[in-house]
Amino acid sequence: MTAASSLAIAVSGLTKRYGTVTAVDGLGFEVASGRTVALLGGNGAGKTTTISMLLGLLLPSAGTIRVLGHDMLSERHRALPRMNFSSPYVDLPHRLTVRQNLTVYGHLYGLKDTRARIAELAADLDIAHLLSRPSGKLSAGQKTRVALAKALLNDPALLLLDEPTASLDPDTGDWIRTYLRDYQRRTGATLFLASHNMQEVERLCDDVMIMKSGRVFDRGPPQALLDRYGRSNLEEVFLDIARGRTAADPAPPPPAAEPPARDPRLPGGGSGPESLSE
Amino acid sequence: MSPHDHRPPHPPEQGFSPIQRPTSTVFAPRRVGAIVLRHLYVLKSSVPRLLELAYWPTVQMVLWGFITTFFVQHSSWLAQAFGVLLAAVLLWDVMFRGNLGLSISFMEEMWSRNLGHLFVSPLRPYELVAAIMTMSFIRTTIGLLPAALLAIWFYEYNIFAMGLPLVTFFANLLVTGWAIGLAVSALILRHGLGAESLAWVAIFAFGPVSGIYYPIESLPGWLQPVAWALPPAYVFEGMRAVLFDGTFRWDLFGGAVALNVLYLGLAVVLFLRTFTKARRLGLLLDVGE
Repeated sequence: MTAASSLAIAVSGLTKRYGTVTAVDGLGFEVASGRTVALLGGNGAGKTTTISMLLGLLLPSAGTIRVLGHDMLSERHRALPRMNFSSPYVDLPHRLTVRQNLTVYGHLYGLKDTRARIAELAADLDIAHLLSRPSGKLSAGQKTRVALAKALLNDPALLLLDEPTASLDPDTGDWIRTYLRDYQRRTGATLFLASHNMQEVERLCDDVMIMKSGRVFDRGPPQALLDRYGRSNLEEVFLDIARGRTAADPAPPPPAAEPPARDPRLPGGGSGPESLSE
Repeated sequence: MSPHDHRPPHPPEQGFSPIQRPTSTVFAPRRVGAIVLRHLYVLKSSVPRLLELAYWPTVQMVLWGFITTFFVQHSSWLAQAFGVLLAAVLLWDVMFRGNLGLSISFMEEMWSRNLGHLFVSPLRPYELVAAIMTMSFIRTTIGLLPAALLAIWFYEYNIFAMGLPLVTFFANLLVTGWAIGLAVSALILRHGLGAESLAWVAIFAFGPVSGIYYPIESLPGWLQPVAWALPPAYVFEGMRAVLFDGTFRWDLFGGAVALNVLYLGLAVVLFLRTFTKARRLGLLLDVGE
């Protein structure tokens, strides 16, 4: 295996402009095969734009992207059979049952035995009892597991995940994280995820890239970032960066979340759901 | 433990995993079939959708059947060829259904916000085009067959008696419908679902200059070249030649085929260019209004 082919993702000078707005600005990074890497950043930092370009759904204004050794601008269809994607924000057709959806995607990914693969994933992801139900009738947690089944149909060498545990209860979220970690260890796949869940990132990822204003602001293994910023968790690092602090600045006290503003419309000027329940 | 727990990791440069069948990345009929299957699942799951396909062609056929019956008794022109109006109605619906069947199949993907998943799979945009054309053929056939069969029962008019010429008329009008449907789908992809009403109304602009119910020579002189620039004019003139004179006009057939090749080619190019534009603008993940 050559050095180049051991890279699952290699991005250079990646830029996306919408008119005068630059969403991603000269991004450059590499992700080695078999690693789990997170992309963090505030809203509008350029995470979704970056993932969309990695998937080939969005064409960059400038720069190059190589995925699994293939140039995504000229030969993305050589990479696509070995990669997959899951996002809570991109639905599967609601009218089709889970089995029908998985069958269609099984054929699209050229599976040798789609039926057997669906049965295998249904057992793994505990969705066998959902196979005959319309995809539109599932709960958020069930949808996430079905979307993950779709994303794993082709046994992807590169799996891109956009907020894989968004809107899930802690138990389901934990279950998904455990499954992803086991999948990565078992198959040696590369996982690249965008997330706002810092605990998830600390638990799953070997490496973290923090984006700000369309650029990678800082990067490193979770522990190295904590050490560099003198913080005890990634959320504090994230807040430091969001508020303009760099690793070179002396560490201030842990940034406390501001108390919620009191809402004069609520009885007694309540400050949130707790007040409402009183 | 599932069986794939023991599956060894696969280097990415291998191209396919052992559970995948090595498939052409350029064009794979299996991927086209997958999209057709997806739409057949939708049809199968919804009786109202199936009934809707046949409803309008049948209503049209019944209405024009009565009009034909009346006119035949009062018009020497129509009396020469009973069924010319019924044939025109059914064939116009081929073009209408061909257009709508393609546009709706495309819009199904937008309504279900599925384009993002589809185009991170190995599916090529022209494979999607081939699939929605296939679905258009299936939808058109499902829609028109009951109406054509009922016409035999209601009016003793058998459009299938036209024989092979009917196949050429059907094919040409279906392809014209595809060309219009693809152009409309491109506009919807570019401008969002707010433009979806075009799928229903755009084709009616072609009605007056298609010579469906009257010869092209009855149009004003300045409008006739416009009509002759469109394939349906050749088809409907050809239909009248078969019904009135009993002759198949190869020149009209050739004209329709040539224009259809041109317009379908242009529509495919427009759709694929719009698809590239949609990738540039990020529209594949943002397909709402």
